[in-house]
Amino acid sequence: MSSDVVLRAEGLGKQYRLGQRARVHDTLRDALASEARALARRLRGHDHADGPDETIWALRDVGFEVQRGEAVGIVGRNGAGKSTLLKILSRITEPTTGQAWLRGRLGAIIEVGTGFHGELTGRENVYLSGAILGMRRAEIVRRFDEIVAFAEIDRFVDTPVKRYSSGMYLRLAFAVAAHLEAEILLVDEVLAVGDAAFQKKCLGKMSDVARRDRTVLFVSHNLVAVEALCGRALWLDQGRVAQDGPAGQVISQYLRSTSAPLTERAWLDPAQAPAADGVRLTRLRVRRADGDVSDRLTVATPFIIECEYDNDRTAGTLLVHLEVHNEKDVLLFDVGPPLDTWPLPTPSPPGRLRTACHIPGHLLNDGLHRVTVTVLRDSAPIIRQPEALVFDLDDVAEGRGGWYEKWPGAIRPRLAWEINVPVPCGSP
Amino acid sequence: MSHTSSSGDEPIVWVRSSGVRRSLGLRELWHYRELVQFLVWRDVKVRYKQTVLGVAWAVLQPLASMLVFALIFGRLAGMPSDGVPYPIFALAALVPWTLFAQGMTQASGSVVASEDLIRKVYFPRLVIPIAAVGSSVVDFAIGFVLLIGLILSYGIRPGPQVLWIPALVVLAVATAVATGLWLAALTTRYRDVRHLLPFLTQLWFFATPVAYPSSLVPAAWRPLYGLNPLVGVIDGFRWALLGADTRPGPTVAVAVIAVLVMLVGGTAYFRRAERVLADVI
Repeated sequence: MSSDVVLRAEGLGKQYRLGQRARVHDTLRDALASEARALARRLRGHDHADGPDETIWALRDVGFEVQRGEAVGIVGRNGAGKSTLLKILSRITEPTTGQAWLRGRLGAIIEVGTGFHGELTGRENVYLSGAILGMRRAEIVRRFDEIVAFAEIDRFVDTPVKRYSSGMYLRLAFAVAAHLEAEILLVDEVLAVGDAAFQKKCLGKMSDVARRDRTVLFVSHNLVAVEALCGRALWLDQGRVAQDGPAGQVISQYLRSTSAPLTERAWLDPAQAPAADGVRLTRLRVRRADGDVSDRLTVATPFIIECEYDNDRTAGTLLVHLEVHNEKDVLLFDVGPPLDTWPLPTPSPPGRLRTACHIPGHLLNDGLHRVTVTVLRDSAPIIRQPEALVFDLDDVAEGRGGWYEKWPGAIRPRLAWEINVPVPCGSP
Repeated sequence: MSHTSSSGDEPIVWVRSSGVRRSLGLRELWHYRELVQFLVWRDVKVRYKQTVLGVAWAVLQPLASMLVFALIFGRLAGMPSDGVPYPIFALAALVPWTLFAQGMTQASGSVVASEDLIRKVYFPRLVIPIAAVGSSVVDFAIGFVLLIGLILSYGIRPGPQVLWIPALVVLAVATAVATGLWLAALTTRYRDVRHLLPFLTQLWFFATPVAYPSSLVPAAWRPLYGLNPLVGVIDGFRWALLGADTRPGPTVAVAVIAVLVMLVGGTAYFRRAERVLADVI
């Protein structure tokens, strides 16, 4: 391996036999019976009466290299092989084909709370779980206070964890894992724990880890997190690498192929953020106008498409344009602020700026919508993020009059009507 | 499955399908010795936290067995006991026997019981059955203190042969690990091995001089009988602690070799079975 490659995978594949559990015989009795059947078949001269085994490749011919200090996100649908890949790299299971080299101390967090025991106290579980994850006793001793402080459980450190609230339990579990001193860290979907505040803290911790010259492989369904943490992403589709490249690009490609909504994107690391001509995107999101934090949107919900960016130059006026496509790729609208009615400060001030577009309820039809965001300076496009956001509008029963088929039409505006107004006879 | 080597201070891990070429993985096992300690500590702690009597169990269990044995075999059946009082004769065997039987039983169920860990974390799987035996060593230590106390209260003063005790304990532990490895690996493939286990333990119990002196076994059967490593362990305990005339003969050497073969074979078999462990259990 060249000196800066810390992980190299070549042709990794993992084959599972369908119904493998049944085939390895849960009991001796089954094993003996099946041996007897096989013998009988051979005696009768049918050698291959079983037919070919039904097998499935969970991972197929996966190859890639990771440089020291890189943070690589692994994205893909459920069953695409993401977790299988991490399990192979962390040696929990063997590959069927191929091989991989990992240089440096390896830490794998496939699940938080691995090895926790309810009867033991928080303190005892820190030691136990740390040892199971591969930490040395001396290392755990050294970092113990840090772990407890991170988990915010100091008062309960000598209470059995079975009496913890689920939030405390998860915080402690994550805290142990987050303090692993590994040069290569494999992390599977562990940010999906705890409340929003703690998730934010975890995310911060992970990006600290990623920044400290350590190599991170990160599997998550949370594409916001992947994009925020990782410079590079690997998209697995049906066990194969569909795309490998800069995280933003890969995620956009992945989103195009999938129906997952992505209502928020944030770039924590300025180096990764889309930027041009003195403007750098920091955050894009779709949120409900009523401030409700639930991200559920319906055709009746007024919502806001929001764009935050840092402006370094004082020249010219910045504008944001939005293009919204529906799931059939029909362009519903391409809008910017109406200049004639909206006096804009000229030039735009430096610093962090926000542009928000309010979209009323009862305008769009239900389904997935993709938003392309363009930032312009003095009418010249400088940043364009195709399909940067994807939001899903749920249908509502209200106003449908008992008709439950998919409502046709690209949009579904609630318009002003005059209904059955008697018309005077003889009027022109 | 993998191979760890060092170049400078950075270990390189090589992940691949190992097929049948598998080392015993002893070096890696050594590297994870702290984990063995932690798992033993957990097992002991949890076992005694969940019970009302706690550590008292480790004392009560052999004591109660001793009383039952003394009543049934000593009093009712009038079993000879190598010239020492029957209760102490029985306890000197029960304590090492429990070490072996409990160790073997716990090791054989340990891997299936640790399914959750095995699917989520990598560490040498050998750690699991070894730690399971380790927790029965802790119980043994408590039982042993009880045994010594009782021996002294009977006015028996062990001679210098007591120095053999550690070697005998090692033999008992090695036998428990060797059989435990085979059974643990078999249990992951065939769940009904579990049901076989009590039967096996019982047979083994009768083939071991716990309730009776080994002198009862006809001379013609002695060489075969001596192949059971527990015969040497228990005769050795009675000889070393009670001064009974049961000094283990040369057959113990054969038993030791048999245990070593079983230990290496068991490790190899276990290592083969662990290859698919995370996929199967």
